[in-house]
Amino acid sequence: MSLLKIKNLKTYFHTRAGINRAVDDISFSIDKGEIVGVVGESGSGKSVTCHTMLGLLPQPPAKVEGGSVTFDNEELLNLPQSLLRAIRGKRISMIFQDPMSCLNPYLKILDQITEPILIHENVSRETAETRAIEMMKKVGIRDAEARARSYPHEFSGGMRQRVMIAMALVTRPDLLLADEPTTALDVTVQARILKILRSLKDDLGIAVLFVTHDLGVVAELADRVVVMYRGKIVEQGNTRDIFEKPSHPYVKGLIACRPTLDTQYEILPTVDDFLKTEIRKDGSFILSEHPDSTERLSKLKEKRTSSDKDTSPLLQVSGLQVHFQTGGGFLGEPRKTLKAVDGVDLQISSGQTLGLVGESGCGKTTLGRAILRLQKAKSGSILYDKNELNNLSQKEMINFRKRMQIIFQDPYASLNPRQTIEQTLIEPMIVHGIGSNYSNRRDQIVSLLEEVGLGPEFLLRYPHEFSGGQRQRISVARALAVEPEFIVCDECVSAMDVSVQAQVLNLLRELQEKRDLTYLFISHDLSVVKFMSDDVIVMQNGKIVESGKAQEIYHQPKSDYTKELLNAVPKVSLSK
Amino acid sequence: MAKNKFAMGGFWVIVVMFSLCFILAWYCKDPNQVNLTNKFAPSSAEHWFGTDALGRDLFARILYGGQVSILVGLIATAVSVAIGIVYGSISGFAGGRTDAVMMRIVDTLLAIPFLVLVIVLQATLSDWSGDATRWIVENFKWDKEFTGRLTNIVPLFFALGLLGWLTLSRIVRAQVMSIKEREFVEAAVALGYSKARILFRHVIPNVLGPTVVYSTLTVPGFIMYEAILSFLGLGVESPNSSWGVLIKEGANFLETEVQLLLLPGLFFSLTLFSLNFLGDGLRDALDVKAAKD
Repeated sequence: MSLLKIKNLKTYFHTRAGINRAVDDISFSIDKGEIVGVVGESGSGKSVTCHTMLGLLPQPPAKVEGGSVTFDNEELLNLPQSLLRAIRGKRISMIFQDPMSCLNPYLKILDQITEPILIHENVSRETAETRAIEMMKKVGIRDAEARARSYPHEFSGGMRQRVMIAMALVTRPDLLLADEPTTALDVTVQARILKILRSLKDDLGIAVLFVTHDLGVVAELADRVVVMYRGKIVEQGNTRDIFEKPSHPYVKGLIACRPTLDTQYEILPTVDDFLKTEIRKDGSFILSEHPDSTERLSKLKEKRTSSDKDTSPLLQVSGLQVHFQTGGGFLGEPRKTLKAVDGVDLQISSGQTLGLVGESGCGKTTLGRAILRLQKAKSGSILYDKNELNNLSQKEMINFRKRMQIIFQDPYASLNPRQTIEQTLIEPMIVHGIGSNYSNRRDQIVSLLEEVGLGPEFLLRYPHEFSGGQRQRISVARALAVEPEFIVCDECVSAMDVSVQAQVLNLLRELQEKRDLTYLFISHDLSVVKFMSDDVIVMQNGKIVESGKAQEIYHQPKSDYTKELLNAVPKVSLSK
Repeated sequence: MAKNKFAMGGFWVIVVMFSLCFILAWYCKDPNQVNLTNKFAPSSAEHWFGTDALGRDLFARILYGGQVSILVGLIATAVSVAIGIVYGSISGFAGGRTDAVMMRIVDTLLAIPFLVLVIVLQATLSDWSGDATRWIVENFKWDKEFTGRLTNIVPLFFALGLLGWLTLSRIVRAQVMSIKEREFVEAAVALGYSKARILFRHVIPNVLGPTVVYSTLTVPGFIMYEAILSFLGLGVESPNSSWGVLIKEGANFLETEVQLLLLPGLFFSLTLFSLNFLGDGLRDALDVKAAKD
């Protein structure tokens, strides 16, 4: 007897541009006490499915075109809002992606956790508070009695997500909808949250519908997996079956294109190596196995074993410190010094990639920016090609700007929305006097675009007309427009779907080989860093805790922190 | 913008209003012709909107008044937008001490009642208007009466414009500060662009949208201020008229001759509505994203 049953559900969005079939005829079910993972890339319809069930979609533009959602033998889709409210938060609870914005900053934690009990049940405040504190202990908040009286800003991101879970579970629901609950968290925190969810499921017997884009998380947590693609379910089944022998080409591609800690390829396979998408005139599409997928995969080269090219260091950083002053406001706390980068030494050889890993707030981004002099360093030396950068004025720095570039995390924010692609790419050339006239520069940017895999027809478009992956290619092209030799990649694939991420990583690899580029590759994702780097450094609290050859660090980590990080990475290879 | 019906409607109303006030006005009756035997005349073939308390043709007065009101709105807005964008963006972009000093100046000016400042500045500017009239008449041989009317109004335009940018500069500053944090600005720094280039090519174009909307909303505000000043006897002086003056005069006869208030009021509010719709449309048109959808 299944707890939740979705049958032929269709949710369409009616927009001016036409009908968007966000959820198109999907069926699946969840049994009592089961964890089902719904996996898909952005736009696959996984969140829309969740929101449709609880009547949380704005209608219009959304419209449920058909199908049914039965929860405990009750049809949810036609239920009036008043009855739905009795189910929401009581029998079905939801937790969201961003724990920072989901808690009310003006209410004490205890008040927020007791609120759902007081709304849905006829109990006294004292009972509610006891239950709330009990639940806080269950989700692993130590010293719950005292901490219940504090405000959300006194909690870290991971702790807030635990509060969210406590809030969702305090009414003892039968089903928990978790929409990307760990996406915004660091790996070590994510590992702890996943563990808590598992033990809660065993303790309380709740069913969990876990929506995520991360296959690793699903493999770690779910009993069954539903894979969605463009509004349809392409495959569903037991977690083990799906990961061991996926049958649909999309799922095969999705599993293969994600770099793991044991990836040995020089270039990652992409979903396009497996899947052929045929789009018909009416907007529907047919997916089929790519005819030469085996041939394509066999062409993938084995990863070169970190060639010990004996080259002189291009960049040498020693004793670099970046401090920030915080507080000291009008009524604020006393001034504090935040040591974002606290005495870092590193060196990168020409043509190599140095990976920089660490969790959020460890100072890795600040370090990258300080090397490029986008952030003032307090002390230390930055020796670039035997020139000390730290003493240069911003004017003198301009000559080095041509040689050192940066690619940012968010391709949406890193392009000027009011410039066409042509303007964006030509401007750096004009500033640095590359090319002699317009037509000469235009020819150069056309070949540049080709190099990053885009056609000349895009030149006159604006950034918002592109997808995230395409925009990141444009950012790469802009960085290359000044013909640099060193590029800082600051979390440059972190905001992307795995299939797009694989393409961008491959692109960076190819460009490195062709132009002999040197990268400082900054990321929180250990598998991605391992795939990209020759050498790796691990940062924590502004300091380097470990550095060395990538292979060595990943196989024989020396520091406890590195070990903890490596253990926290969800593994697709099943250990259960 | 062509798709936005309200904005296009607003645009055409403004066009009609313009042609009425600036073209048709030259062909209608003298707005200052007093005829005390024919006061409060109802509308007729000769006087379309009837006549006022002094027997002057109301239609002609509305059109002539419109010239002053529309010009006050547009010129004062243009002056204040120009100052506000430059001042606000420099303040927001420079940050630190420069920003603090520039904003304290704005705070100081905001702390003094706006009308007091306008009156003082207008009085200062008006001191020169007599000299200016003489100079123009001598050197350019313009009509003396026309020049006199012009130099009476112009100080008001600039007094409003030179002081009306305060709020706008704060809006621009806030916008600039948020745009400045975006990664494309940092990318521009990393690419070695100069500060001026970053400010004028990357930051300011991105703050124009909200600025334009805000500034279309200030046009009615300036028209109102002109009316208030005229009411106090400090703004437009006879024989000039403006919508504000007409509404004020009409208000005296609210109980008996309500059309003296309603008709200028109708022109006034129609123009203000249209400006607001036009502002919305302009914002969409200036937003590359909305324009292409």
